[in-house]
Amino acid sequence: MRVVEKRQLLSAEEIGRTLQRLAHELVEKSGGTKDLALIGVRRRGVPLSQRLARIIRTSGGVEIPVGTLDITLYRDDLSTVAHQPVVQSNEIEFTVDNRDIVLVDDVLYTGRTVRAAMNGLFDLGRPRRIRLCVLIDRGHRELPVEATFVGNTVQTSDTEIVEVRLQEIDGEERVMLVDRVP
Amino acid sequence: MLERLTHLLGIEDLTREQISFILDQSKPFQEFQRHPLKKLATLRGKTVALAFFEPSTRTRISFATAAARLGADTMNLQAESSSLKKGESLVDTVKTLEAMRPDGIVIRHSSSGAPYFVAERLGIPVVNAGDGTHEHPTQGLLDALTIRDRKGKLDGWNVTILGGILHSRVARSNIHLLSKFGAQFTLCGPAMWVPRELESLAPRIRRVPRIEEALDGADVIIVLRVQTERIHEPALAPEEYILRYQLTPERLRLARQDALVLHPGPMIRGLEIDPVVADGPQCGVLEQVTNGLAVRMALLYHLVGGAPVDAPHPAKEKSSAAD
Repeated sequence: MRVVEKRQLLSAEEIGRTLQRLAHELVEKSGGTKDLALIGVRRRGVPLSQRLARIIRTSGGVEIPVGTLDITLYRDDLSTVAHQPVVQSNEIEFTVDNRDIVLVDDVLYTGRTVRAAMNGLFDLGRPRRIRLCVLIDRGHRELPVEATFVGNTVQTSDTEIVEVRLQEIDGEERVMLVDRVP
Repeated sequence: MLERLTHLLGIEDLTREQISFILDQSKPFQEFQRHPLKKLATLRGKTVALAFFEPSTRTRISFATAAARLGADTMNLQAESSSLKKGESLVDTVKTLEAMRPDGIVIRHSSSGAPYFVAERLGIPVVNAGDGTHEHPTQGLLDALTIRDRKGKLDGWNVTILGGILHSRVARSNIHLLSKFGAQFTLCGPAMWVPRELESLAPRIRRVPRIEEALDGADVIIVLRVQTERIHEPALAPEEYILRYQLTPERLRLARQDALVLHPGPMIRGLEIDPVVADGPQCGVLEQVTNGLAVRMALLYHLVGGAPVDAPHPAKEKSSAAD
């Protein structure tokens, strides 16, 4: 099996513009930012949530708390993998009780990561509301999960992979559509 | 790449990288102990057999709690009877346990090497919870985690071990572990419990007769319990032991100012340790207990979790919840 790059879905500039729009939507549709908090899902949800909070701070002067969630222990496929994946810490310095939480991830695909993230959040407390913000929705859902805030919707086949590459993690900035070919 | 662990039998067999990996993996489980809801479903449907052929309270409760918090069920075997201490019965007992299809077994036994013997005969992961006077690897790991947290790093400390070292599997696991991280050891206790052959356990070990000399410059002090059940030699009178080897506040001042005091428990206040030291800010005993849970959860997650070795892997990549 080989992986080939098919095309670029978003450039660095387009990622930046998309995040600007998502940040504004987020504030607009929250009915106030008093209890609002962003939680980035490891790994690429983390820099995205931090960027969204920075945009909200610089445009409106509001400081939104940001946390990091590791969903490894909540995955539903652990009993089928031979090597248990490495677990990482959550970094959530605020209580999630009664918060208006927006989960942030790079790609929405099967919906299983979001299910795992919600389970993880409930172990920390009882949020008032949980919404989901993703950079890319690529379809092929396996669970009844939809995002409240979507950067771009992309039609994909199920052999294709959407690769979000971010400066903070990958040292480059773009979204690529790649395909697995035999 | 890290060589994958299939059992945890002794610290001596582990590499420095494997030890660091286990300690790193314990961090998220330390944080987990502070969650309001301490119950995961990660090992739901898995069963861990707890086979304690030797009496144990804290280690057994710690493993049972670690398994429960990961969502696993436990099967408890507490053998008090002496007939189970014979080799044949050990095989029969663990084969019986295996027939109930556990996914892993935690074993404590009074014979050194018993967990190795069991690991060779069963097709499931084995965790040593203490074997004779050989090793107590999870204690070594939780002590290392406590040292690393309290002192910021694990490398290069002056470690003083006090008490009945000859019979102590805790001391052996600590020496094997910390020597891989460049520790220098000072052993001190009654002469019959600190024989010369202990110096061959690892490099940089010295024996010192007087506790004052042993504490001079110590960064970490591991106080051992006086194990009456393992000692057959004419024992030292308790008053004599207290006089010569008890860790008192005055003696503790001879160590480095920020020296950390550890004790594997159960602690006999007023015998090997003065209550003022036991309750003092330099004592890490309660952190050791909490860290024990974290280390055991990390180990059970990596050893017992996942697909059985010979099982098919039905996972489609698409169905993975990973990023």
